[in-house]
Amino acid sequence: MSRRLREWSLAAAMLLPSIVVLVTFVLYPLGRAIFLGRQRCDAQAQNCRTNGWRQYIDVAQSDEFRHALWVTVKFALLTVPAGVALGLGLAVLADKQLRGMRVFRTVFSSTVATSVAVASLMWLFLLQPSRGVLANIGWLNELFPVMKNPGLLNDPGTALTSVAVSSVWANLGFTFIVVTAGLQSIPRELHESAYVDGAGPWRRFREVTVPMLSPTLVFVAVVLTSRAFQAYGEIDLLTNGGPTPQDSTTTLTYLVYGSSSLARNDAGLQSSVAVLLFVVLLALSALQLRGLGRRTHYGN
Amino acid sequence: MATRALSTRKGATTAVGIDHVRPGWRMAGRYVVLGIVALAVLLPVYTTVVAALKPGGKVLDRPFVPEHLTLSVLRDAWTEGRLGRYLWNSAIVATVVTVAQLVTSVLAAYAFAFLRFPLKAFWFAVFLATLLVPLETTLVVNRRTIDSLDWLNTYQGLAVPFLATAFGTFLMRQVFLQIPTELREAARMDGLGHFGFLREVALPLVRPTLGALALFSFLASWNQYLWPNLITTEEDMNTVQTGLRLLNSSVPDIERFNVPIAGTIIAALPIAIVLVIFQRQLVRGLTAGAVKG
Repeated sequence: MSRRLREWSLAAAMLLPSIVVLVTFVLYPLGRAIFLGRQRCDAQAQNCRTNGWRQYIDVAQSDEFRHALWVTVKFALLTVPAGVALGLGLAVLADKQLRGMRVFRTVFSSTVATSVAVASLMWLFLLQPSRGVLANIGWLNELFPVMKNPGLLNDPGTALTSVAVSSVWANLGFTFIVVTAGLQSIPRELHESAYVDGAGPWRRFREVTVPMLSPTLVFVAVVLTSRAFQAYGEIDLLTNGGPTPQDSTTTLTYLVYGSSSLARNDAGLQSSVAVLLFVVLLALSALQLRGLGRRTHYGN
Repeated sequence: MATRALSTRKGATTAVGIDHVRPGWRMAGRYVVLGIVALAVLLPVYTTVVAALKPGGKVLDRPFVPEHLTLSVLRDAWTEGRLGRYLWNSAIVATVVTVAQLVTSVLAAYAFAFLRFPLKAFWFAVFLATLLVPLETTLVVNRRTIDSLDWLNTYQGLAVPFLATAFGTFLMRQVFLQIPTELREAARMDGLGHFGFLREVALPLVRPTLGALALFSFLASWNQYLWPNLITTEEDMNTVQTGLRLLNSSVPDIERFNVPIAGTIIAALPIAIVLVIFQRQLVRGLTAGAVKG
């Protein structure tokens, strides 16, 4: 065997395990879902009949889909800006070499250790109406009667925000750690020369920290956005997509997989919503790349 | 004036100028803000721990005060929630996924970084494309695939779809490419083949990244929620995450309503310990995506 042929077969052998898994469990299911999305079936994806590509348009125009898309967008708007701002603010405040900052950093990083199930159940215990902690604090209850009746998670006006709060909390550890690491990679000389030029702390924050940190902030925003669009566990555990009949917390992912979701019993409908979720995320990442990329300072 | 003069000089003394926060209300303000937020962040964990240590009937009387302490609720959660079994399941799946992802990523990354082969750009694009597909889009069909393999309620079913990752491949490729070509040449002179070079030279050089990827993979697999929910119907095969869901869906009377709450503490503990031990890998792993590829 020639040397080149040996190199080819070595490459094939090294790539094969990854390719088999990625094709079988990422690319094939994508293609199959695109195909299935044209059909109406039962839950086992048997007895399918095709509706053609029109089904995508029908689903996209349906009230359920548009409602879920709107809920998802609201959820992202509630979690992403707040998450980035909180992570940035706390990381900057806790960055100084002062007494006790290690403790604060440990506290803010700690939520990274919670899975979505752990975090959601902790918040469920705080928020639920009859056996929840907050609902059983007298003065808080008088201030916000909604906590007890019907409960923050059961009121259509507060359910999504409450889920968002638990989500921001659960993501804080990740955001804080990444932003802190970003802060530490900013060269000291920049702060020093700004200081020598007479810039106060607020100006140094705006004109040194934020621009130098922008790649990190973009990364955090992109991750948080994609997490918001794929949120499932917190909704499954906290609200089950409800309160009904408004379906105030039925996001796109919940519409596909939720136990109380309409699409759950039809693999065709499930697939078409799942594919539309893919399309939405694709459009979103294209937008983020164009919009944010242009205004981002990538250092050297 | 004194601090300003100092800050123009390089070295440790410069720190005085910038990091010097005027004592007084400003400094106090920083601590007050940090303190309040820290308390708010700790609140859910604190109330959960306190609730887990009390008899159910006493929990809501004074939810922030640790009194009437007992370990019996934690014990109940452990046995009734079968958390030992579920933690074991999670550990097996996460370990298999982590080891497999390291192996498949290193191999594929090595091929992309050091080998020449036909259609390289095409395969590169295929790997890249898989990064754009959200997990949630593929799981409907993956559930059918696992079902047709008769792998529902098995470790294979939980682990096999995640044995390779394009993210890991790109991460490892990136660090392989930073290895100077002189090293590759020198290794070849010494008669090292590709596997020899990988084992003796490349892997030792990229160990920090390997560690970061390992922790990242382990955490991602351990925290999976939707997938185990989709393919687990037998009680025995729950992971710790779906096990918590199951424990929570049983609705005991008020005397024991904090059993699922105690369960979350037990479920969170092992991963908290792992993260304390592997702090450095955690920071590298989480920030890895921020590095331009």
